[in-house]
Amino acid sequence: MLSRVAESIYWMNRYIERAENVARFIDVNMYLTVGKNDRLSDQWQPLISTTGDDEEFCEAYDGVCSRENVLNFLLFDEGYANSVVSCVKRARENARRVRQVLPLVVWEQLNLFYHMVCQAADRRDLARIHEFCEEVRLASHLLGGAEDATSSKGEAWNFARLARMSERADKTSRIVDVQYFLLLPEQERIGSALDVLRWTALLQSTSALMMYRRQHGRIVPDRVAEFLILDPLFSRSMYHCVLAARNALENAMNSLADPGNAAQEATLRTAHGRGRATMQQLEQLADSMRRTKVKQIISGGLHEYVDDFQQQLNDVGESLSDEFFAWRAERDAVPMVAREQYQS
Amino acid sequence: MDFPSDSENCSFDELFDAEGCARPHGTAIVDRLRTLSADELVVRQQAADAYLHDLGITFNVYGDSDGTERVWPFDVVPRVIDSSEWETIAAGLRQRIIALNLFVDDVYNARNILKQGVISEDLVLSSKTYRPQCVGLKPRNQAWCQIAGTDLVRDKDGEFYVLEDNLRCPSGVSYVLANRELMKRTFADVFQGLSVSPIEEYAENLLRTLLDSAPTHCDQPTAVLLTPGIYNSAYFEHTFLAQQMGIELVEGRDLVVLDDHVYMKTTQGLHQVDVIYRRIDDDFLDPESFRKDSTLGVANLMTAYRRGNVTIANAPGTGIADDKAIYAYVPDFIRFYLDEEPILNNVPTYLCEDESQRKHVLANLKELVVKPTNESGGYGILMGPQSTHKERLECAAAIQSNPRDWIAQPMLQLSTVPTIVDRRLCPRHVDLRPFVLHSKDTYVLPGGLTRVALEEGSMVVNSSQGGGSKDTWVLHLARDQANESRHVRVVAKEGTC
Repeated sequence: MLSRVAESIYWMNRYIERAENVARFIDVNMYLTVGKNDRLSDQWQPLISTTGDDEEFCEAYDGVCSRENVLNFLLFDEGYANSVVSCVKRARENARRVRQVLPLVVWEQLNLFYHMVCQAADRRDLARIHEFCEEVRLASHLLGGAEDATSSKGEAWNFARLARMSERADKTSRIVDVQYFLLLPEQERIGSALDVLRWTALLQSTSALMMYRRQHGRIVPDRVAEFLILDPLFSRSMYHCVLAARNALENAMNSLADPGNAAQEATLRTAHGRGRATMQQLEQLADSMRRTKVKQIISGGLHEYVDDFQQQLNDVGESLSDEFFAWRAERDAVPMVAREQYQS
Repeated sequence: MDFPSDSENCSFDELFDAEGCARPHGTAIVDRLRTLSADELVVRQQAADAYLHDLGITFNVYGDSDGTERVWPFDVVPRVIDSSEWETIAAGLRQRIIALNLFVDDVYNARNILKQGVISEDLVLSSKTYRPQCVGLKPRNQAWCQIAGTDLVRDKDGEFYVLEDNLRCPSGVSYVLANRELMKRTFADVFQGLSVSPIEEYAENLLRTLLDSAPTHCDQPTAVLLTPGIYNSAYFEHTFLAQQMGIELVEGRDLVVLDDHVYMKTTQGLHQVDVIYRRIDDDFLDPESFRKDSTLGVANLMTAYRRGNVTIANAPGTGIADDKAIYAYVPDFIRFYLDEEPILNNVPTYLCEDESQRKHVLANLKELVVKPTNESGGYGILMGPQSTHKERLECAAAIQSNPRDWIAQPMLQLSTVPTIVDRRLCPRHVDLRPFVLHSKDTYVLPGGLTRVALEEGSMVVNSSQGGGSKDTWVLHLARDQANESRHVRVVAKEGTC
C-alpha cells in the first residue's frame, strides 16, 4: 500500500485507541471522588498527571484542578491535542485522507463518532460524563469490530492493529505508573476499605478487574503490577500489547507472501529489508519482558521501569515511521517490487 | 402533494407540458408524487439529507469561512428523460467527442484544420489553454480526452444545446452515482415497475477505458488516480472513484519518476504506474514542464509521458477545446473530420475577437450572456438581462481591452423541474451534464448530473454558487404505455390534470 496511506491508517487507529483509553480512565476515576471530603486537587490532579500534560493544563486553566476544568480539558478542549474530541477529530482527518481504502461501514461509523463527539463538545454537559464516556468506548469498539469484520487481513489491517497495540501499551503503562505511584505511600493502609477502592479503580481503569480476580483472587499490589505489566494473555497488559504489536508487524511485512510459500517469504523479507530494524527492537522488548519478574521491576523502581518502557516504545514508533512512512531517496529510489506481487 | 400551477413559468418544464399536463415520460413520477403528502415528501428529503451527512458526502468551496466540507445538496424529485430522446443525445455526444479528439490531435501534430483555414491559427495559438509542451505528443488510440463531461441545456423551444464540453477534469459523476444510491434508499417505491437505465456500470467502464489506454507494452497495467488532495473541491469524487475502481488514490508526493518511468511509493518499495487518471490541472502537473511553483505534481512526469512510458488521462493539452471561442467551431470540426452534420447544436455564439460580432455584442449587452473564454464555476459571467448599468460598463471595458478573451450568447431559458422548496413543489431551472468515456470505444452514461438552481428564477446551477442536484432518469416507456398516456391526457383535458 502507499506509504502515506499506511501512515494515515496507523495514526487514525492510534487516535481512536487514545480517545477510548482517556474516556475509560476518566469514567472509572470520576467516581472515586464521590462523597469524599479531601482537598479537591488530590482527587483530580492524578487524572492530569497520567497524561503527562500537567504543564499544558496548568497554563490553560491557571493550575486550578477543579472537576470542571479537568473534565473539560481531557474531554472537550479542542486546544489540547490529546483530549477526546481532538483525538477523534484527528482520527477522522486521517481517515478522510484515505477513505477510499476503508470499508464503507468503517468510514460511516467513524463519521458518526465524529459528529457525536463534536456535538458533545458543543454542549459540554458535565452532568452526562458517564454516558458520554460510555458512548466513546462503545464507538471505539464498534469501529474495531467493523474493521475486523470487513477488512482484508493484509497490510492495512495489520498497521491498524500495530497502532492500536502500541497506543494501548503506552496508555496502560501511564496508568500503572501514576496510579501505582500514588497508591504506594498508602502502603500502611493495605487492606483498608479505602485502599481496596483505589486498587479496584486502578484495575477498572484498564478493564482488568474481572480478569484479575479470576486469575489472582484477592488484591495484592505486586500481583496487580504483574498482571498489568507482564501478563501474556490479558488484552491490555503491556507485555501482551507488545507481543501483539510484534505479530502485527510480522504479518504486515509478510502480507505479500503466499502463506504456503516459505521460500518466497524469506526472499521478500531479505530482498527489501524494510521493517527489520523495527522488528528487531520489538523483539528485543518482548524478549526482555518475557524474562523479567515483577520483583525485579519493583526493586529496581517501577517508575524507572515504565519510563524506560515508554522510551523503547517511542523508539519503535520512530523506527516504524522511518522504515515504512518516510521517503529517503538514497535508500528508496530503487524499484524493487515484482509487479504481480503488489497488493493495495 | 400538488404541483402548483405553472402559469407563470414560461420555461420548458421537463415533467409538464404547456397545458400543465404530465408528459408521457413524466406521468409515472407525477402520479407517485401526487400520492405523497407534503409531510411525507419532506420526510424523504430529510432522510436523504441525513444519509449524505452521515456518510460525509461533501464538496468544498474555495474561500468558505468554514474552510472545508459542505454536505452535497440533493433534491429527491428526479429529472426524467425519455429514452428515445436520449438515444439522439447520446449519438450527438459520441459524435462530438470523436471529432474533438481528432481536433486536439490535429492541433498538436499535423495542423491540417488550421492550414485549411477552417479555424484561424491565431485564434488557436493565442488561447490561454494551448500548451506548446504538448506539440508532437501521440497518445494511444489518438485518445487525448478519455473522459468528458458535456454541459447541455434545454431551451424553451424544447431543444437541447451544448453549453460546453469540459475535456480536462470534468467532475460530478460521483454525485450522479451517489444520487442514484440515495434515491434507491429513500424513494425505492417510486422505482417500482419503471424501467430506468442503470448507471452503476460507470466505474467498470471507466476502469476499462483507463486500462485500454495504457502503453502498449503493458499486459497488466497499473492505474492510479492523481488528486491534488483533501482541500480540492472535488476531493470526495476522487476518493469515491478510486474506491469504486479499486485503484490507488495518489497525490503528487506519492509518485516519483526514475529512468523516465513513473513509480509510486509503497510500504514495500517502488511500484510502476502505467496509467494516471489525473484530476489536477495541466499547469500543476509537472514543475519541470509547466508551473515551476507547483507542489501538487510530479517532476519529470512529462518526460515519462513523452517517452510513452505512462498514459495520462485526460492528456495535457485538451484544454484547447475548452476555450469558448474555439468551442464555437465544434460544428465545423464535426463536418471537417467526420463529414457529418452535427446531431447536437451549439448555443449560437458571438466571438468578440471578430470586429463585427464584437460590435453586435457591445450594442446588445442587455440581452446577452457574456462569458470569458477561459473561466469555470460560473464566475466572470455577465447575465445581460439581470445586470446593472455599472456591470455592463465594466464588461464593455473588459471586452474592448481584450476582445479575444470574450464571447457572448443569447440568454437561454433553461428548462425547469419541480423541486422541493419550503414543503412545496416549485419549478426550478436545471441543466444536464452527461459523462462520456472514450478510448477504444465510446460509452455515454445514461442521464448524468442534473444541476438545479435553487433560487427562484436563477439560472446559476453551480454547486459553488448555491446550486443543488437531482437524480436523472433515462426512462424506457413501453410504446403502449406512451400511447395510453397520451390517451389519458386527452381525456383529462376536459376535466383537471
